[in-house]
Amino acid sequence: MVIPMQNYFLLITVLPLLGFLINVIFGKKINSEKFSGWLSSIFVFIPFLIGIKAMFEIMSLPEDGRRIVFNYFTWISAGKLTVNYSYLIDPLSVVMVLVVTGIGFLIHVYSIGYMHGDEGYARFFSYLNLFIFAMLHLVIADNFLLVFLGWEGVGLCSYLLIGFWYEKNFTGDAAKKAFIVNRIGDFGFLSAMFFIFTYFGTLEISGFLGQIAGYPVNNALLVAIALFFFLGATGKSAQIPLYVWLPDAMAGPTPVSALIHAATMVTAGIYLIARTSLLYVLAPYATNIVLIIGIATAIISATIAVKQNDIKKILAYSTVSQLGFMFIALGTMSFVAAIFHLVTHAFFKALMFLGSGSVIHGMHEEQDIRNMGGLKDKMKITYITFLIGAFAISGIPPLSGFFSKDEILYKTFINAGFLPYILVLITAGFTAFYMFRLVGLTFFGKPRYDANHVHPHESPKTMTVPLMILAVLSAIGGFIGLPHVMGFNVLEHWLEPVFKNSYALLNLHHPETEHSSMVEWLLMLVSVLIAAAAIIFSFRKYSKQEKFEDEKGFGKVLENKYYVDEAYEKTVVNPIFRSSESFFWKIFDVKIIDGFVNGIAASLSRFSIDWKKLQTGVVQDYAALAITGIIGVILYFLFA
Amino acid sequence: MIELNYYLVLSALLFSIGVIGVLTRRNAIIIFMCIELMLNAVNLSLVAFSSFLGSESGQIFVFFVMTVAAAEAAVGLAIVISLYRNKETLDIDKINILKW
Repeated sequence: MVIPMQNYFLLITVLPLLGFLINVIFGKKINSEKFSGWLSSIFVFIPFLIGIKAMFEIMSLPEDGRRIVFNYFTWISAGKLTVNYSYLIDPLSVVMVLVVTGIGFLIHVYSIGYMHGDEGYARFFSYLNLFIFAMLHLVIADNFLLVFLGWEGVGLCSYLLIGFWYEKNFTGDAAKKAFIVNRIGDFGFLSAMFFIFTYFGTLEISGFLGQIAGYPVNNALLVAIALFFFLGATGKSAQIPLYVWLPDAMAGPTPVSALIHAATMVTAGIYLIARTSLLYVLAPYATNIVLIIGIATAIISATIAVKQNDIKKILAYSTVSQLGFMFIALGTMSFVAAIFHLVTHAFFKALMFLGSGSVIHGMHEEQDIRNMGGLKDKMKITYITFLIGAFAISGIPPLSGFFSKDEILYKTFINAGFLPYILVLITAGFTAFYMFRLVGLTFFGKPRYDANHVHPHESPKTMTVPLMILAVLSAIGGFIGLPHVMGFNVLEHWLEPVFKNSYALLNLHHPETEHSSMVEWLLMLVSVLIAAAAIIFSFRKYSKQEKFEDEKGFGKVLENKYYVDEAYEKTVVNPIFRSSESFFWKIFDVKIIDGFVNGIAASLSRFSIDWKKLQTGVVQDYAALAITGIIGVILYFLFA
Repeated sequence: MIELNYYLVLSALLFSIGVIGVLTRRNAIIIFMCIELMLNAVNLSLVAFSSFLGSESGQIFVFFVMTVAAAEAAVGLAIVISLYRNKETLDIDKINILKW
């Protein structure tokens, strides 16, 4: 018997939700690490299998019709507003589902080992499952409101997991920071939805995109919607000016940093813009802003990463920088390149975060790379897999990062011009530089830790096996998107139905200029040379370094992250804090709000002083009133 | 043969006496008896109609009313007794806690 796909596809979100509920309700009672961990992992693995099934399902359809909508029920129906609870399967959502569940599963398994012995074990896995549940909604929802449900859900999980070790003060602060900064982005998302509903009367993604197809380019309304969506994207995907929460988010457990703050959740903004690509094709003003923000974020965070000493902070700024690369791709309207880099970045950044987790685990919770060194012999698997990740992100062929980054560089060159290209190229050089500073200081040189107390050791199998799988993916993942000069781009062909309309429109306005394959080869050579030079220079400089001096001059500015946090503190946080305390609390809330509410109550009680005397408490008075009423009614029927 | 109207007038009189008693008397037991009077005034008119219309349903209804009245008398008298035990009085002007 064949079960229709519509029925079991729902399991893709039901299972993680179930895992969440079981762990949250019974987790503590059952109190078994094996049960909680494996249950959650399996409830993510089955959705992964469903995702693969969905992939084959739409592969069997003709290319133009690769789009299945499962409408489960009407979620909200109020007046003009109808929102269906419906899932959309198309090539883009399949890619996202596979990334989320595939990497999610590996990180679940890794967490089984990493969180061993933690008091909140079941709580941890329940949050992870809740996150998968929300993230899947984000990527398979067919209307903006359902996307927003996932969007908020992942924000909540991010908050819960950053503050997972809530006994420590700073984790709570970091969690709050992430939540509040994201709220600013959510304002953008909401505003965009309000605009769409007001002017287009629908919240369905395809309905909205279908309606705007006929609009002129740079229509003010479309530019506004695009910018508001982009504001939302800058919040979730950590771009200027809202990137500040992501580095602090590293206060959470390392698997969380890998899953949420590197591989999946932070790509939500990229997904959103890719999903509404037609809007951005029609609003080049907004798209140019995306490009500028992308470049600025990429280069600023890459330079910050150069001078950080916390292993996770380096990776965090690297993530911000790589997300900048994806926005550069979106800004040059190369949506496939953005998704491609999203996928490969998910592989190698998850790998490196998990690797750093393994290092931290082996070093007994030490995170400062100045206190490491020489770990390559102590932690062989971690070292080799981490090295593969570092080569991949630096763009060394034939690893995955090379292909995706090169695609972005090439597209920047032909679509955006020479200056942006140079900036992106420099950023790519910085990437290789800070990555191999990290590798050199952590794994090479002499040990700088206290060997009497710290005995670095390799991590258990549940941690190293995911590392190895991710290392393989980071190594070969790039072959799904070979450049045209080398062969067939599978990913581009796969995603073609999704972006077909956008690209058709794009070619109408800016016919693609043909470039000789020589240019592409040349650009590739340049980027490889720059990456290799940065690697060699950085590795030479840092693999033998033993003494660390305080940073001076510009280095100090970089170490302090351009003092952005301090500037925000002075210009935004403190004024809000002070005005909240002196005006909004003590005057507005106490005097005006409370005064209003209490005033109504007081005036009512003054008004009722006379009237309450009607209540004598004597039964006979009530009876007399009742009888008068009855007589009144009888008279009414007799004479009226 | 007595006309139906006589019965109805008598019933209305009894009922009015009951109402006036409920509204004006101060002793809880007397009020209670006045309520019984009102019930039986209604019973009288029901029986009269039953006989006038040649239908039994009025009489059956009266039986029900009598049953309920008996139950009500039991509960009511019990309340009166417990009232007296608590307040040492049956003057309902003194039993007026049901107010602001």
